[in-house]
Amino acid sequence: MAKPISWIGQALLYGLFALIIGYFSGAPSYRHLPADQALIKLSFSHEGKLVSECRQRTAEELAKLAPNMRAPMDCPRGRSPVTVEIDLDGTPAYRHVAMPSGLSKDGASTVYHRFPVHAGEHRLAIRLNDDARATGFNYRREGLVDLKPGKVLVIDFNREAGGITLQ
Amino acid sequence: MTMNPIRSMCNSALSTYQSIEHVFDRAFGAALNPWRHLGALGFLFFWIIAITGLYLYAVLDTSVDGAYRSINWLSREQWYAGGVLRSLHRYAADAFLLVTLLHLLREFLLGRYTGFRHFSWLTGVPLLWFIYISGVVGIWLRWDQLAQFSAGATAEWLDALPVFATPLIRNYLSANAVSDRLFSLFVFVHIGVPLLLVFGLWFHIQRISRAEVFPPPALAAGSLLALLALSLALPVASQAAADLSLVPGPLALDWYYLFWQPLMYTTSAGAVWAFVTGATLLLFVLPALPHAAASPVAEVHPDNCNGCRRCFEDCPYAAIVMVPHPAGIPGRQLAQVIPNLCASCGICAGSCPSSTPFRSATELVTGIDMPQMPIGGLRRDLERGLAQLEGENGIVVFGCDQGANLASLAGKDLASFSLICAGMLPPSFAEYALRGGAAGVLVTGCRAGGCAFRLGNRWTEERLAGMREPHLRANPAGKVLRIAWFDRGEEAELAAELDDLRQTLAAERLRNTNQIANSIAGPITPSTRLTVHG
Repeated sequence: MAKPISWIGQALLYGLFALIIGYFSGAPSYRHLPADQALIKLSFSHEGKLVSECRQRTAEELAKLAPNMRAPMDCPRGRSPVTVEIDLDGTPAYRHVAMPSGLSKDGASTVYHRFPVHAGEHRLAIRLNDDARATGFNYRREGLVDLKPGKVLVIDFNREAGGITLQ
Repeated sequence: MTMNPIRSMCNSALSTYQSIEHVFDRAFGAALNPWRHLGALGFLFFWIIAITGLYLYAVLDTSVDGAYRSINWLSREQWYAGGVLRSLHRYAADAFLLVTLLHLLREFLLGRYTGFRHFSWLTGVPLLWFIYISGVVGIWLRWDQLAQFSAGATAEWLDALPVFATPLIRNYLSANAVSDRLFSLFVFVHIGVPLLLVFGLWFHIQRISRAEVFPPPALAAGSLLALLALSLALPVASQAAADLSLVPGPLALDWYYLFWQPLMYTTSAGAVWAFVTGATLLLFVLPALPHAAASPVAEVHPDNCNGCRRCFEDCPYAAIVMVPHPAGIPGRQLAQVIPNLCASCGICAGSCPSSTPFRSATELVTGIDMPQMPIGGLRRDLERGLAQLEGENGIVVFGCDQGANLASLAGKDLASFSLICAGMLPPSFAEYALRGGAAGVLVTGCRAGGCAFRLGNRWTEERLAGMREPHLRANPAGKVLRIAWFDRGEEAELAAELDDLRQTLAAERLRNTNQIANSIAGPITPSTRLTVHG
């Protein structure tokens, strides 16, 4: 190929290279959620209550233990699974039983779930049980939420803050 | 027998790829074709990223509030310097990934992942992960809506593995959850992983001698200018600042690094894990899949090896070491082949000074040779071919099994020899052919920069031009030597080149009717041109 034509060819191909790099570096644009939706995120990392109460060891039980292990109280390490239910506008939207983590099932139960909803006003009911010995749910929260388009609503659990929180 | 459909698809893809490569040859010339320097271009882009990154690191405020502000400041207030460097940093990162993927694709299509090449292939696979990790984390450092989306998506993807006691996504649930320490971690990963990458690159090229770690200057300059022009024309800008209480709006997604995140939301985290794990495993097991048996490796004949080190210097895969000669002569060495590293290309035989056909030994044995195509056999074949040449303008063609197929050439004035690689040709064979009755010699093989064994055509060209040992000794007057490189599939172009040589020889004969090839007058002077790049 003659020199000038070769140079033009090179310029075009370098331009094509730059075009490919530049275009896919930011296009086509991506929209994570449609413009008329909002996002509810349920997330908690919470240690359920102990599966049973501590109990007094009997004298026979204590005698069977090594002298340095003779603690009078026997406290189980295992924690309760945490059950959570969410109703959205009166309809069950999510239910999950989060098992405690760890080999001895003595760690926190964790949940993460995201569900897009149409923006607007919604009635939200959240129920949570973290005690295997209790029936029903020992934490509840219910109310109307107004979700603007693109809004992220985080449902969390914080015992110190009173239980189920909405952010 | 029907061809395996996967192999057939690969052959079709290879054919398409080679067509593209040849289009680029027309503009760049074979030697500067970027497709033949993809690995070296990767190095170039890496160094651009590293150098521009030094400046960005100096101005980056590694805190939740400061990260966005400091990076955005560069683009707004210092667009002419820091802004350009930022854009260059980002575009070079995209280019780095792109050329790396193309490099991988090219080597795959050319079947360069088995045998002696398996080490380079296997050490290249983890580098892809390093590139992705450092690139994705780099995007988070700007802490705009794109960073917010990408960091959250990555956390959700990692959380799909049941290994974290507390889900990583909790680090991005609300503004309160994001801490300055997190940004220190981002910086640590963004700088630490590229350091691992450098280490990995060093491993990757360990078994290649004279590895091309920088592209030819013209190609490097052109690539840098292209990215610079792009940086000025389309400067990289931050999107709106991250706000974890809102879903990010339309995003200018970097599809090179983040394509898998929309894919995850379209499918699932498990599907993306299956994809990347499957792809990685496939790349790792590829060298172990059934493939053609390895060719016999080079073997040294100690009685004919004088320890000159030329094979050691010329081996493209560092498969030859020099050891003390068993005869115990002080200072004398002997070449030794490392079988696992040997590519069986025969370039060592071409470099051996003992490979000259002018030696008087009845049975020519050279210092280092290929058992499947010994130099002695080549001399016998050449002598037989020369004896059978008809007409006054007989031509000898030396080609290689990787380049244009010599079997397609026809003519009673022709004797052709296909070597394992063009680099296997000892230059003295060209002189031997010219003195033995041929009026012209045509040397061919893969296009410049495209040698299947990396350096074969380069060494041959240098040896025939007298720039490399063993060099071509002399020019029988009135004879013509021509070099023309043609890839496999370019047999028609090779035939056209041969016809052109025939015409040149006929014209030469008309001019020099009284001069026949028996004077030794200096280096060979090409009649028209020495080298033709397809």
